[in-house]
Amino acid sequence: MKTWKAAQLDRLKPLVFLVGLFPLGRWVWLGFNNGLSANPAEFLTRSSGTWALVLLLVTLALSPVRRLLAQPALVRWRRMLGLFSFFYVALHTLAWAWWDRSGNWLSMWQDIVQRPLIAIGLIATVILLLLTLTSTHGWQKRLGRGWGRLHQTVFLAAALSVLHFYLIRIGKNDVVEVYVYGLVLVGLLILRRWPVLNQPAK
Amino acid sequence: MFKSRSQPIQSSEITDESVWRARRRLFLQAPGALALAAGLPGLAQAVPVGQALSFNPSQRWKLDETPTSEADVTTYNNFYEFGTGKEDPSRQSGQFKTEPWTVQVDGLVHKPLTLDMDQILKLAPLEERIYRLRCVEAWSMVVPWVGYSLSALLKQASPMGSARFVRFETAAEPETMPGLRSRILDWPYVEALRLDEAMHPLTLLATGLYGKSLPVQNGAPVRLIVPWKYGFKSAKSLVRITLTDTMPESSWMKVAPHEYGFYANVNPDVPHPRWSQATERVIGSGFFATKKATLPFNGYAEDVASLYANMDLRRYY
Repeated sequence: MKTWKAAQLDRLKPLVFLVGLFPLGRWVWLGFNNGLSANPAEFLTRSSGTWALVLLLVTLALSPVRRLLAQPALVRWRRMLGLFSFFYVALHTLAWAWWDRSGNWLSMWQDIVQRPLIAIGLIATVILLLLTLTSTHGWQKRLGRGWGRLHQTVFLAAALSVLHFYLIRIGKNDVVEVYVYGLVLVGLLILRRWPVLNQPAK
Repeated sequence: MFKSRSQPIQSSEITDESVWRARRRLFLQAPGALALAAGLPGLAQAVPVGQALSFNPSQRWKLDETPTSEADVTTYNNFYEFGTGKEDPSRQSGQFKTEPWTVQVDGLVHKPLTLDMDQILKLAPLEERIYRLRCVEAWSMVVPWVGYSLSALLKQASPMGSARFVRFETAAEPETMPGLRSRILDWPYVEALRLDEAMHPLTLLATGLYGKSLPVQNGAPVRLIVPWKYGFKSAKSLVRITLTDTMPESSWMKVAPHEYGFYANVNPDVPHPRWSQATERVIGSGFFATKKATLPFNGYAEDVASLYANMDLRRYY
């Protein structure tokens, strides 16, 4: 297979952007077609959380994929996918703050200290916020080698996100979906440790 | 030609608006009564879903709040026998058969009964009661139910002095209830009340909703409504009512005893482990609406708080 050039992949970036906008577009479409259920607040809170996790896993899958396909330039899509993941994390957090806690700071704080599942979600959010803020070239240069180390914490954020999801679902014993996301994450971690894939890309 | 044949309408023939409004009100309040007056047969043998019922509006149990839309009440349901999604029950209950249907009343009673739906519908006058419904998941609705106090049925069976609890068992038909394939709960679904709770006039044996017999997703053909408790206490599609002297273990107590206690009284002061119960989302309240404060005993404290005098409701949640 020919090696894709950076310029070619850059040209396809609008396509990646459309993929990132898909969940938002879907909500708008559902909103105009009476598809957000009798409880839109609950629907959008859950949906934004799910899409944040899906896009986070897609972002994490990009490195193994680019090694499997020997297409190092695919890395050029990674930041955009990561930023979209955080976009949905931010919406998920806002949905919680407004619809669940009525925009009340004290109530939010109480939820965080009283419920490990909320605190865990918040830690993941803070990590991803930090990675979003330092995603620019400027910060990449400024942090040097530390940038890579900092951005390794994305795996911690992903693990916490799956745990957050698990803690929501376990109360109703409804965890099959959580296991699917968990297995994908474990699979991605194993792939990264796989020696053949771990060699520098040609 | 037409013109010459038609007679002008005399003003004396025009129905006065106030009369028209009164008739319309009667029609809206009691469509079932009109159906019966018209001599509609069939009600005796079968109660198809959505059939008009004969009832009177309750003067005692009504609310000033606007009822939740019928569309929301019938498409946003927890009925895990038909799936865990809120829209699964309305989508996946089409095969479920509600005819014929019998409810068995047994256990510590002098007169064990097996009633068919015809007998259940005729056991006491049906009335429409508008109740608040508060789900343990922190959302709420206002629902116009049709039914009568469960006590009317229990009295028929004549409970023994030793009876202290009432156990409700609900339908479990694997062929028509796809949710039974999942092991989320132990089927059949079991709920229970203390006998005095079950005998309380507020506790409703419901056969209808919005003036018509219950849709399957709302618990057809007959269900329980205990409006001062979280929704899961109000078991749907009842098949058996058993009086006992020991506290039955409900399905949710088996799965998560720390989350779902026996009493499950609506209590803003006792949070669920994973969310606060202090507020609730009112279904249909609008996209940007925030939650509203939850009332102790779901607003029925005046009627039922005395049932729990001297009880620590933080412990007996």
